Amino acid sequence: MHFIRLRKIWYIISLLVIIPGLISLMVQGLNLGIEFTGGNLLEVRFENPVPVEKVRQVVSAQGLEFSRGIQKSGTSDYLIRTRHLTQEEQDKLMAALNSLGKYTVLRNESIGPTIGRELTTKALLALLVASVLMIIYISIRFEFKQGIAAVIALIHDTLVVTGVFSLFQIEVDGAFVAALLTIIGYSINDTIVIFDRVRENMLHRKKGESLEDIVNASLWQTLTRSINTVLTVVFVLVALYFLGGSTIRNFILALLIGVVSGAYSSICNAGPLWVDFKLMEKRAKVKEARA
Amino acid sequence: MKLKWNKILILAGLVILVALATAAAVTPAFKNIPYLGKYLPLIKDVTLGLDLQGGVHVVLEAKDTPEAKVTQESMQQLMAVIQRRVDQFGVAEPVIQQQGRNRLIVEIAGRIDPEEAVRNLVKTAYLEFKTMDGKTVVTGADLKDAVESKDPTSGQVKVDLTFNAAGAKKFADATAANVGKPIAIILDGKVLQSPVVKEPIPNGKAQITGYESLEEAHNIAVLLRSGALPVKVEVVEKRAVGPALGADSLQKSKHAGLVGVLAILIFMIMYYRVPGLVADFALLIYALIVLAIYVGMNVTMTLPGIAAFLLSLGIAVDANVIIFERLKEELRAGKSLRSAIDAGFKRAFTAIFDANATTLIAAVVLYFFGMGSVRGFAITLGIGIVASMFTAITVTRWLLHLLAGSGLVRNVRAYGA
Repeated sequence: MHFIRLRKIWYIISLLVIIPGLISLMVQGLNLGIEFTGGNLLEVRFENPVPVEKVRQVVSAQGLEFSRGIQKSGTSDYLIRTRHLTQEEQDKLMAALNSLGKYTVLRNESIGPTIGRELTTKALLALLVASVLMIIYISIRFEFKQGIAAVIALIHDTLVVTGVFSLFQIEVDGAFVAALLTIIGYSINDTIVIFDRVRENMLHRKKGESLEDIVNASLWQTLTRSINTVLTVVFVLVALYFLGGSTIRNFILALLIGVVSGAYSSICNAGPLWVDFKLMEKRAKVKEARA
Repeated sequence: MKLKWNKILILAGLVILVALATAAAVTPAFKNIPYLGKYLPLIKDVTLGLDLQGGVHVVLEAKDTPEAKVTQESMQQLMAVIQRRVDQFGVAEPVIQQQGRNRLIVEIAGRIDPEEAVRNLVKTAYLEFKTMDGKTVVTGADLKDAVESKDPTSGQVKVDLTFNAAGAKKFADATAANVGKPIAIILDGKVLQSPVVKEPIPNGKAQITGYESLEEAHNIAVLLRSGALPVKVEVVEKRAVGPALGADSLQKSKHAGLVGVLAILIFMIMYYRVPGLVADFALLIYALIVLAIYVGMNVTMTLPGIAAFLLSLGIAVDANVIIFERLKEELRAGKSLRSAIDAGFKRAFTAIFDANATTLIAAVVLYFFGMGSVRGFAITLGIGIVASMFTAITVTRWLLHLLAGSGLVRNVRAYGA
């Protein structure tokens, strides 16, 4: 299989995954958690199982809009999401829940709306700063065009993960940002290992060997490593996803999607894109020479 | 090539040493040995975050009011008052730090009632004694002490107030001037009592009664002792995790981590054979180094932190994978085992270095822009990246050379060729 000759197919596969996500992002957006929007999240564990309708009754009797819903998170655990509540309102809600039987508070999070706005700005800024720093690093150690190709692969991964989270309306919280940055870190890692091989192979370039063939050879030489590395990380993530408890499940899911997408984009997008950039440069030069 | 016993001995010694260190780091067996027990086991000394042991994280925001503007000075006072209040909870190592111009982050871990704790943190607790004509006699700032007590015979619960010298003087003057008239005791604008002054009180002592329980009186006494909040304070963020959920998360992630790590270890041996075994051993050393760094730097382990630690195992393995793939290539090119190991490492180095450097960029950015547990995640990831590079480049290489030099495993096929 020649990775570079098949590159149009890889691009199409990427687009097929990304475009539905993009449309979903524009139409229904992300299911933002209280860390972004502000609000309250109360998770309680009843000593004896309580039906969900009863919990709903008690919450709505408090006059709380529960548009964010009440969700069963364990055999007798409930997640109650509401708008941002004052301490008094929280106390009242917790007192009212007592009527359903004895319970313990697993967690109670209350986030003011200003915090949420700050988190969003910081998240976007963090992604931007990380991307710029990486382009600079790659430009120094490799070349600028490879930096651009690598960052496009990163944007690819970010879009895949956010797109999937938007499509399935999975809740996005502060840890999601951490997940995105980690994915970026991993994906760039893969890309660099490949570019490192390209860099080395370019030094020993034989006469008449085309750019496409060099990059293709480099991809094949690093392929076992790419797959094995993703596999080991996936082992850990799958174990965490199924056994690690509900609190970090969405975080792990984001990492899982991102790591797989990262491996794909490093092999099928970053390298081929760089070849395209190089070819474009060549064509431009030829044109100039003719003119 | 014959077996080289000196190298085999070093190798065996190393294996025993690492095995001992691992046992010492994780088993509680050494707890009761004096001196040693203090430093071993390491794992016990890793500070657990709020999400793993339960506790509450609150962000308080000071607000400007016409009476009190938020200044750096009032923030300092606020911090001192909050510090005194938190100290009363009697928990280990609470965190109180200023964030930005007008915010305080307070973290209290351990078995406390988080709701009650937060309520008590943000009570203004502004105490005033006022005469009938509305003149303020003394305030909470004039207090020297406030102690709750319960009368053993009558069962009456009260808080005894003692004023400082200046307060006692003011109080003496005011009571002398208001004999036969009431003086109101007001807390946060609410009149608690208005006792009638029977005679002048020169000793600077007063008491508040009417509490239902000793606990209620205790809470008030604590607030009065710690002083009033100098500015208006609002809770803008609160995350309370019950100890049950914390213990649950810790247990589950340990379990998940174990399964994931075992999968990695088995995979490495199955796929890479002898080098895989070496990598697994190096991974163990890596884990010990990282654990020691956590304890030494007093890193707080959070739930995302555990995930980061496990992910960093992936990075550590990756470095080994890159090296072994190179090693295979060199062997297939017909090099001898020893020169193949050297060449493999040399050529793998730039890839490992550049790849880790860029991942480190992500971790650093995460640290500077993240808050709370995200920061913990970034720190653990960062430590993991640096330590993994170190172990892969030094430990794995040394071990491979030892093994190759010992003559124990000579067949190049065992190295993947």
